[in-house]
Amino acid sequence: MRIAVFVKYVPDAAGDRSFTDDNTVDRSVDGLLSELDEYAVEEALSIADDADDAEVIAVTVGPDDAVDAVRKALQMGADSGVHVVDDSLAASDALGTSKVLAATVRKIEEEEGPVDLVVTGMASTDGSMSVVPVQVAELLGRPAATFASEVSVDGQTVKIRRDGDTASQHIEVTLPALVSVTDQINEPRYPSFKGIMAAKKKPLEEYELADLGLSADVAGTAGATTEVLEVTARPPRSAGEIITDDGDGGTKLVEFLAGQKLV
Amino acid sequence: MSEVLVYADHANGKVAKSTFELLTLARRIGTPVAVVLNAGDSASQVAAALAEYGAETVLTADDSVYSDYLVAPAAELLASLVDSRSPAAVLLSSSFEGKEIAGRLSVKTDSGVITDAVDIDSDLVATQSVFAGGYTVRGKVTQGTPILTVKPNSVAPEASAAAGAVEAVSAEISDAAKTAKVVSTEDKPQTGRPNLTEAAIVVSGGRGTGGDFGPVETLADSLGAAVGASRAAVDAGWYPHANQVGQTGKTVSPQLYVAAGISGAIQHRAGMQTSKTIVAINKDDEAPIFELVDFGVVGDLFQVLPQATEAINSHK
Ligand SMILES: Cc1cc2nc3c(=O)[nH]c(=O)nc-3n(C[C@H](O)[C@H](O)[C@H](O)COP(=O)(O)OP(=O)(O)OC[C@H]3O[C@@H](n4cnc5c(N)ncnc54)[C@H](O)[C@@H]3O)c2cc1C
Repeated sequence: MRIAVFVKYVPDAAGDRSFTDDNTVDRSVDGLLSELDEYAVEEALSIADDADDAEVIAVTVGPDDAVDAVRKALQMGADSGVHVVDDSLAASDALGTSKVLAATVRKIEEEEGPVDLVVTGMASTDGSMSVVPVQVAELLGRPAATFASEVSVDGQTVKIRRDGDTASQHIEVTLPALVSVTDQINEPRYPSFKGIMAAKKKPLEEYELADLGLSADVAGTAGATTEVLEVTARPPRSAGEIITDDGDGGTKLVEFLAGQKLV
Repeated sequence: MSEVLVYADHANGKVAKSTFELLTLARRIGTPVAVVLNAGDSASQVAAALAEYGAETVLTADDSVYSDYLVAPAAELLASLVDSRSPAAVLLSSSFEGKEIAGRLSVKTDSGVITDAVDIDSDLVATQSVFAGGYTVRGKVTQGTPILTVKPNSVAPEASAAAGAVEAVSAEISDAAKTAKVVSTEDKPQTGRPNLTEAAIVVSGGRGTGGDFGPVETLADSLGAAVGASRAAVDAGWYPHANQVGQTGKTVSPQLYVAAGISGAIQHRAGMQTSKTIVAINKDDEAPIFELVDFGVVGDLFQVLPQATEAINSHK
């Protein structure tokens, strides 16, 4: 079984995330593998562990630094990596990125053989759109079982549990398929020292758009289907009143609420 | 005026408040046309509610295929409606389902998609709140039919009566769209409290509750509020994931948000930062949540919450 897992390199949420002058996300700051993709890597690895003969390929689309996302996946245990990097990819939107990812899956199939399962996170931690998984599935014409809090693979059948607000659904798809997973699904492993050392020797393929048979305007600024007009930093909330409870904190709280006409 | 397709969420004959919000936004752009799947016997009731909020036309499609398979059939129906009616835009709610229909529709129609809008102008410029509420981004779709998903509770729904003429539609659903089969559905127990994303007041508890959500729930009930939880509380198994507020839970934007025993991590803020009034109770005067609050109490939630509940009950 061949599993491709998508990994995105994102600005660190704990750092200062901002925008550049051309209204795109500032990617010069410290970045890392999107934490929500760690769940995808973990799930891909544990599915591979349970399968007889399986390999996990970590795929990223992004600038030079984005290779760090693939490296982290390799350190966690993925077998090989693919990094799609091309100057014309800068400022790609979701649809452009999905077209590139779908073409990358096809390229892997050409080079290595069929990709049975694509695993992704539920959203990126920067864009938070949650549309890339279904867009890729739609482009590849394969079933998508998404927002999984539980996945099991049995032969050619993949079963997932999808938790909604008022109900949980059990979904079944047949391979080849795509699965996206939530942060409820597992505890991602930390790379071990051995894993970190081993990752250095693992194969890492680099592709440009032309290698995937794509023209420069499939994504990036030239292929953009959306445009950002304006970005403004939200004014910090004005400092509120903070009191220390001296036995009447609850009463004071309600006095505040009453003053705001909230009770 | 051109049409704006609004994908309606409904259950048991009741239309979701978020759909009324979409209709309110759609009226700014053009003529709202609601799309309703599998309303069955309650179609007229649903259509009447949609008409009250401005749906000029209500397109109904009844076919078990829409509930037997995940999102793909609904996306095919919408694609066929985009094709036949050439709407100015398609609006959906920012739920799992809404976002996924939007994603598939964008591929089918080669159109741009913007998710999680908190506002939309008459010229289809969408406002988003990004990076845990740290930035406001205004943008628009420049290719194809704009597809926009809107966060619930972002705008106040305004009634405005319209015809609500019901028209049955159907689409030939391809085999490719019938591949993610819903084999079973388990309903979750309902609490009787307001829906988290729709509630005017939310009271949330975190790790500081130590697993005892009693004081959080009783305060919530005295305020008629929904109950939320931090991921730490959810991960510990103290409260259901459906109640999680934050990046990987719900985004709430109530009139009042009360955080009890929650430190205020960036991922939690992402889900509550745009609340009108924020109140926190925390033992640690350096907890980051205090940077956000309009009113904060440094203290033990097990003292402060019951006292507040009592004061509210006697205030009534
Ligand atoms: C990818 C990712 C996604 C995430 N998504 C979410 C999300 O959606 N939602 C979310 O909430 N978190 C999310 N998190 C987790 C987040 O980073 C924090 O770990 C989490 O919010 C902490 O929850 P907490 O504030 O309840 O716990 P803590 O940070 O442990 O804070 C507990 C607080 O309770 C206070 N306290 C203790 N006892 C009392 C008492 N008796 N009275 C009053 N105060 C007391 C303490 O002073 C402390 O400030 C995510 C993390 C990642 C990596």
